[in-house]
Amino acid sequence: MSENRQSVRAQAAEWLARRDRGPWDQEDQTALEQWLGQSLAHSTAFWRLEAAWNRANRLRAARGDGGNRFLQAVSNRFTPMLFRAAAAALVIGVAGTSAFYAMQPRERSYETTVGGHETLTLGDGTKVELNTDTKVRVSQDRRKVWLDRGEAYFDVVHDAAHPFTVMVGEHRVTDLGTKFLVRQNANRIEVSLFEGRAKLDSTAEWSRSRSATLMPGDVAVATANSLSVMKKPEKAMTSELGWRRGVLIFRHASLAEAAAEFNRYNRRKLVVEDAAAARLTIDGTFQADNIDDFTRLAQLVLGVRAEDRGSEIALMR
Amino acid sequence: MADKPETGRDEADLRLRSVSPTVPALQEWFVREVLPLEATLMQFLRRSGRSKSDIDDLVQDIYVRVCETAAKELPDPVKPFVFTVARNLLIDRLRREQVVPIETMEDLDALNVAMDAPGPDQNVIAREELRRVQAALDRLPRRAREAVILRKVEGLSWREIGQRMGIADRTVNRHLTDAMHALADMLYGDPPDVRRKP
Repeated sequence: MSENRQSVRAQAAEWLARRDRGPWDQEDQTALEQWLGQSLAHSTAFWRLEAAWNRANRLRAARGDGGNRFLQAVSNRFTPMLFRAAAAALVIGVAGTSAFYAMQPRERSYETTVGGHETLTLGDGTKVELNTDTKVRVSQDRRKVWLDRGEAYFDVVHDAAHPFTVMVGEHRVTDLGTKFLVRQNANRIEVSLFEGRAKLDSTAEWSRSRSATLMPGDVAVATANSLSVMKKPEKAMTSELGWRRGVLIFRHASLAEAAAEFNRYNRRKLVVEDAAAARLTIDGTFQADNIDDFTRLAQLVLGVRAEDRGSEIALMR
Repeated sequence: MADKPETGRDEADLRLRSVSPTVPALQEWFVREVLPLEATLMQFLRRSGRSKSDIDDLVQDIYVRVCETAAKELPDPVKPFVFTVARNLLIDRLRREQVVPIETMEDLDALNVAMDAPGPDQNVIAREELRRVQAALDRLPRRAREAVILRKVEGLSWREIGQRMGIADRTVNRHLTDAMHALADMLYGDPPDVRRKP
């Protein structure tokens, strides 16, 4: 009655390989979902392989600095030593799974935990990348996403007949062919536009008229009763996307700001004890989940003292 | 089984349909909570003297049972639940075979130890993660490893990997498919040399 288990694993690998190899369209997606839905043996075998295969994505982080040496090592002759050197630069995160659900009934929600990072690929190829501690809901037709919490990067496949909208608090971002980042914290919404154009407007009754069209390099900041748009230099824009590679990039950030950023990604929190330490500025690129390294560096470079209290690390002058 | 196949299929459909609204949540939970237990689970099953292929079968059955329950309500805490399922399945199987070595039954009680032992904390997991992915990759056959690196680091398409490595498409397919299996076994199964390092 039950299928041979070797063959279930082999079939799962075949599906995963087919999707990874591409091309992959809606029909393939439907067929995969059908197969997955046939039994939990199918789904668990597929989830297991997929999760492991996704964990190897971490290697992508080696593309940057250590990556070149890494690749050289491959094309000449593979040397584990060189790989290790490059791998040391890799970023560690809570294992994320790339989601592949489409054609599902109702709206669906997706969440990442603190330190999590997950990419949703919607049926038409639109990608939604969730940063740490983030929650989104996706409408049934997959052209509307609610950002309920956190931060997400949208790479939208434009379709004039079906505009893609992101609902965040009392605001709506409508894509006009775009890559953009939306972040929500406390009472503030930030939209950074990287490519194409998008429209930001308010859905609140009393401010229907408030809207702005964003061009590349624009960062819009909306609060309950204000909306402002500023231009950011390209470098600053790129820094905002460091998390997609698992890193935090600081340019003249205060220690207080840097600590707040780290605290978004880690359960162990950095606490800056005094104002003098909080004002120190810091530059550089850090692994988002390695507060120990950051602490060591802060001690060394900024001359602050650190006190490890278990669930938090206190920094002081 | 053979007498009422139609009814059987209907019931299965019905069950799966009621499960589907929580599929993403179930998958996320399974990957986060259950898969990391695979190494310990296999250690436990190995102590019962089962063969390698038997153990693979059992692990898959355990996953199915665990997810059947989890689809209704996510069990908490997870570890004791998973091991209870493992224990029951193992006992079922031993009964069916009607060969029950006494040591095996006794061994099942040693399970309590495994259940009480605290899981590794998140920091340890994070530190180990890098080492694991790295070690798993190191242990792949050389050509498969190269193919994985070209895919995952350089982001080449499958076709480009074939061109770069000078091999046929179906060979790329074989290398990468093998690598998928091997990575899952090494990342979730039990790689002793990786785990023992301080």
